Amino acid sequence: MQVNEGFKPTIVAFCCNWCSYAGADLAGTNRLQYPADVKIIRVPCSCRVNPLFILRAFQRGADGVILCGCHPGDCHYTTGNYYARRRMTLLFSMLDYLGIERERTRVEWVSAAEGVKFAATMNDFVSTVTALGENKRLEDLRCKAN
Amino acid sequence: MQSQLIERAKALLADGTVDRVLGWKAGEFAYDMTPALFSSAQELDEGFAYDAFCGANLSKYLVKESRKGGRVLAFLKPCDTYSMNQLLKEHRILRENVYLIGVPCQGKTDVETLRALGITSITAARQEGEDLVVETLYGQRRIPLAEAMAERCKACKGKKHMIYDERIGEEGELENPDRFGQVAALEAMSSEERFAFWRGELSRCIRCNACRNVCPACTCEQCVFDNPASGVDNKAAATSFEENMFHIIRAFHVAGRCTDCGECSRVCPQRIPLHLLNRKFIKDINTFYGEYQAGEEAEGRTPLTAYTEGDVEPSVVYTKGGND
Ligand code: SF4
Ligand code: SF4
Repeated sequence: MQVNEGFKPTIVAFCCNWCSYAGADLAGTNRLQYPADVKIIRVPCSCRVNPLFILRAFQRGADGVILCGCHPGDCHYTTGNYYARRRMTLLFSMLDYLGIERERTRVEWVSAAEGVKFAATMNDFVSTVTALGENKRLEDLRCKAN
Repeated sequence: MQSQLIERAKALLADGTVDRVLGWKAGEFAYDMTPALFSSAQELDEGFAYDAFCGANLSKYLVKESRKGGRVLAFLKPCDTYSMNQLLKEHRILRENVYLIGVPCQGKTDVETLRALGITSITAARQEGEDLVVETLYGQRRIPLAEAMAERCKACKGKKHMIYDERIGEEGELENPDRFGQVAALEAMSSEERFAFWRGELSRCIRCNACRNVCPACTCEQCVFDNPASGVDNKAAATSFEENMFHIIRAFHVAGRCTDCGECSRVCPQRIPLHLLNRKFIKDINTFYGEYQAGEEAEGRTPLTAYTEGDVEPSVVYTKGGND
């Protein structure tokens, strides 16, 4: 994979409280390495994430946005991630349709026991976004002024 | 046709079935047919019109009208009945307070479509068989209806009414137009080309909010676009981000509920092809979750308020190979 010399992407990771946030915790306590450019935002459930949150993250300077939740079937609220799955599929497809690079968005299911998967997912996503470079097509210049 | 509608409306007013009538009347010019309420036989005689310019979908007005007491008669074209069903599904209209008459439609035109054909200074228009006859200050023009029709009517879902209390005219047929050709053509472009295409379109938006205001699927009492805390409230877009955001969120909020009535594209003063956004969602929903037509029925769940355990993963989008 091509590497953009010197570019460190900002990644926003929405993680559900019950599985993925705990998975991130486990990755931390196990001293698993993943880039510090990943900013985690804890949400009660993956389906709490409104499409506006994803767009707002890009507006405020994210180069990539990833949503992590419990595996389908394991949602703490039983069905939240099923709804999130449909919403994100359609939203990502729309972003792609508008010409925004589709690799900047991702959904990954990470359980509380999958610290290793969490770190591996983040490493992979960060390198994908690093190769894409800075988010130019969905940026808000006013938020990048400083 | 127009006189038939007026006669029926008068009869229903006279026998007390309804106490007012929702229809269309000419605005400033013959071609700006505007939704209007009539409450007497005299008003109907003076103002009521039904012609090739009566494209406005009256169903959304019933959200408020059905709550004002009494009973209101509304005329619905076939495509409007999909919106009606969708509104009933969402419990937005009090069904017992409305009386619906399905009216036939052969396709509507609008002033912009005619202008694009070089026809201006229009004073009247009528359908004669397969033709549209337009009277202008410079004389008469006759064009095949198929050419004069608005974009959305060229992709008409059919002339069958989905819901009505009574119908004027014969029962129409469902049609199966190609609604997704333009969407597929965009999908086939490279990501850069798509980006450039949409910048060209969306940067013209003046955020008049007409598309939201007219949309029968947009009936929330408190809209995200009116909430100052949302950052997307009623104001002209300051950056390309805001332009994209408004349009993504507008289309997303009606995803699975948009009946493809075409009102948004019709009212846009900037002629932005908003149907290409709505139809993208419709096409994706059909592909991913099975064929679905919003407004076909007044009951049941919409695709985004339902799920199956085996739904496709969002990775279907970002791992697809191809045109970058
Ligand atoms: S009607 Fe057209 S110009 Fe007005 S807000 Fe909608 S897209 Fe923008
Ligand atoms: S989004 Fe446009 S086409 Fe869809 S229901 Fe609303 S006005 Fe009609």
